[in-house]
This record gives sequence, structure tokens and C-alpha cells, in this order.
Amino acid sequence: MNGPQDLGGQMGFGLVAPEIDEPVFHVAWERRALGLTLCAGALGKWTIDESRHARESLHPVDYYASSYYEIWIKALEALLLRHGVITAADLAAQRAADPAPGSMRVLTGDNVAATLARGGPCDRPMAALPLFAAGDRVRTRRTNPTGHTRLPRYARDCVGMIEAVHGGFVFPDTNAHGAGEAQEYVYTVAFTGEELWGETANSGLTVSIDAWESYLVPA
Amino acid sequence: MGFSSRFPALSVDELRLYYLWMAHDHHDHDDDHPDNELDPMTARVRALETILVGKGLVDPAAIDAIVETYETKIGPRNGAHVVAKAWTDPGFAAWLKTDATAAIASLGYTGRQGEHMRAVFNTESVHNLVVCTLCSCYPWSVLGLPPVWYKSPPYRSRAVIDPRSVLAEFGLGLPADTSIRVWDSTAELRYLVIPRRPVGTDDLDAAALAALVTRDSMIGTGLARSAGKP
Repeated sequence: MNGPQDLGGQMGFGLVAPEIDEPVFHVAWERRALGLTLCAGALGKWTIDESRHARESLHPVDYYASSYYEIWIKALEALLLRHGVITAADLAAQRAADPAPGSMRVLTGDNVAATLARGGPCDRPMAALPLFAAGDRVRTRRTNPTGHTRLPRYARDCVGMIEAVHGGFVFPDTNAHGAGEAQEYVYTVAFTGEELWGETANSGLTVSIDAWESYLVPA
Repeated sequence: MGFSSRFPALSVDELRLYYLWMAHDHHDHDDDHPDNELDPMTARVRALETILVGKGLVDPAAIDAIVETYETKIGPRNGAHVVAKAWTDPGFAAWLKTDATAAIASLGYTGRQGEHMRAVFNTESVHNLVVCTLCSCYPWSVLGLPPVWYKSPPYRSRAVIDPRSVLAEFGLGLPADTSIRVWDSTAELRYLVIPRRPVGTDDLDAAALAALVTRDSMIGTGLARSAGKP
């Protein structure tokens, strides 16, 4: 979706403000927000793609006015409600007013280290051969999907070169909506600055995206 | 965070004051107030945790363990170890170029948001810079959690269209003939920049070299420190 998250090339947000000796967390609730988000994800009711889509589905005014952990918590509430894990009555009471909806796998403290070390690989075997090879010229599709996508607007309908072929990966555009993993090849596609931004592009600039195969057509 | 998007007119110093206010005034009092005096986000997160723990779906000890992991165990020192090894071991550097996931795993760094790694090497003529314009993708296994600026609209919007100005804001002025290669992490590959080894470090061992490798140098918004400089 052409949502607030799709920031590449947007203007007006001001200077980058790097912080000297930045702490990992700025306020205490951010610690709990990180932990809650990971623990709730471990329940297995949604995928990382669905959680990204929940964040970018916040109203743009809300998204831009929220810190990143605020975005996470607002999206987490939406995901928990959508999947029936919590209810509006729970939120109103600020405690568990309704029982848990059936049994789910719960991440316990003693399993955290192993779970984080395992991660969640999303590469998948492919039956078909890749359509493109390194060095091929490709054009990204001109497309405006209303659902989740990982093809940023600034890189649509642009000609680039396949720099690397990475094997099959879960396709976010379907997986975010519970429509299956539908794995596709992923490619690193490199574009010149002029192709993306025109004559006034920074000199000597090359920008790449990692693109699923169905984002691309031969050029 | 959206501080700078919320207050675009604020200077960097003013933002720092805001951070200090957030970190000290706000935070230190969090646990001293009854619930009805909590700031809204503290109350909101606490309510959500209470609900999920009450349903038996979240173990508070798991939250503690996750926080402890990213505050004390997984951070940029992991990545600095990888970089220093690449500087001192040509075989390892070659492995990093062809299979970064396996090479990095051989040092014990695996897992969440580092499942599919790629290392990109700065050269005399090419400087690499990593961004995630669509969210906040970042190689947690080697760099820990991303800094606020990395997740914020100013960096995410400008790193792809005007990286030279962004780098200048980090105090990094590149020669005009140095090419800039920006990697937008739009899929599940996570990028680690291997900065150039500083000159005059031939006599340093891997541990001393790792101390020169800053987090920003592994994102591309900085260079490795020169030997002898803090």
C-alpha cells in the first residue's frame, strides 16, 4: 500500500538527529514494548509480514506522530484484537476480562535464548529456475497494490540491473494477508541515481532494493 | 522515533534536551506513581502486559530475558568482532563475501534479524550505506537494536535520495569522486558494512582493531576510528 511507511525520497522531515551515546531504550516502557511484541509474535497467530502491514496501516497522522515503539504497540493491539487473542473488554478493563481463546504456544523465559538464536528464516526451496540472472536488465512494475508490498514507490517503473540472485523467499504480498507463503526468487536490483531521481541526483550514486521476482519484468 | 518529525523545527541540541527529559524526568518516576498518574504509553503497555500475562499467554520472565539480551549481550561489539576478523584474516574476508550468514555464524552470531546476512565492503572508490526505507530492518544479530535515528523519517526518507547530505550530517564528507552505494533493505537480507581498515594499524591485533569499529561505520554513516583517537 502507498502508506506512511513508504518514506524513500519523501521530503520535509528535517535533518537526521544522531544522538551521542544513545541508550538502547529511552524510557522504561520501551523495554516492555519490545519484549511484549516478541512474546506475542511467538504465539504464532501472525507472521512478520502481517505485523509489518499492521504498523504501516496506522493512519498517516498517527504513524508520523508516533515513536517507533509506539507504532509497534498500536499495531500489536490491532493484531491481538484481530486474532481474538484479546478483546475490547480486556482493553477497557486493563486486565484479562475474557479467557484466552484456546491454547497457544507460549515463549517462556528459559526458551528465550534458543528462540532468539534460531530466529525465523524465511528462505524457501524453489522448484522452478530463476527467470533472471546477474547482469540482466529489468524494469520494476508500475503497480499500486492496496495491500502489503515491499516494492517502494520510488523504485517502481524503473530500469535496473540484477546484481545478485538470492534464492526463494516467502512472498510478503501474500503472506501478510494469510494468503500463503507463495515463495519467489529474490534479487538485488541496482539502479543509477539518475534513473531513480533524475538529473539532479547525487553524483556517483547507486541504490539497490531487494525485489521479489513478480515485481520485475525484462527490460 | 518520530521526535524530529513531530518537531521538525527543533535543532539537534533541542532534540537532545527532549531526549534527556524523556530519559530522566519521565522515566525515573515511572514506577513511583499509582496507575492513574502514569504517562499514557507506560499505562498502555502495562495494561497490555497485564492482560496477556493474565491470560497465561506471556511469561514476564521472557520479556526480562529479551530485554537483557539486547541490553547486554547482542550489540555492535558482535559486528566489530566480525569486521576485525575480516581485516586480519583474508580467508574469513573471502568467506564473508560469498556467504556472510555462515561466516558470521562461525563466530557465534546467529538468529533473529540476522538469518540472511550480506556483508558489503567499502573500498577506496565505493562507500556503502544501509537503510530500510519501508520500516526498520537492521541486522540485530551483529548490531543489536537500531538507533532511533535509523528508524525515523528523516534518515529513511533521505538516505536514498540525498545520501551525501545525510553523511555530512554525521560529519562524514566523502570526496566527490567516491561513489555511494545505498542498500535499501526491502526484503529479508540484512546488510553489514565492512569499513576500510584505518591506516597505521598494522601492529594492532584483532581485539585492538575491534575497538576502532563503531556501530555507525557498520551502517555506513561513519568510518572506523583512526588508531590512537578516542
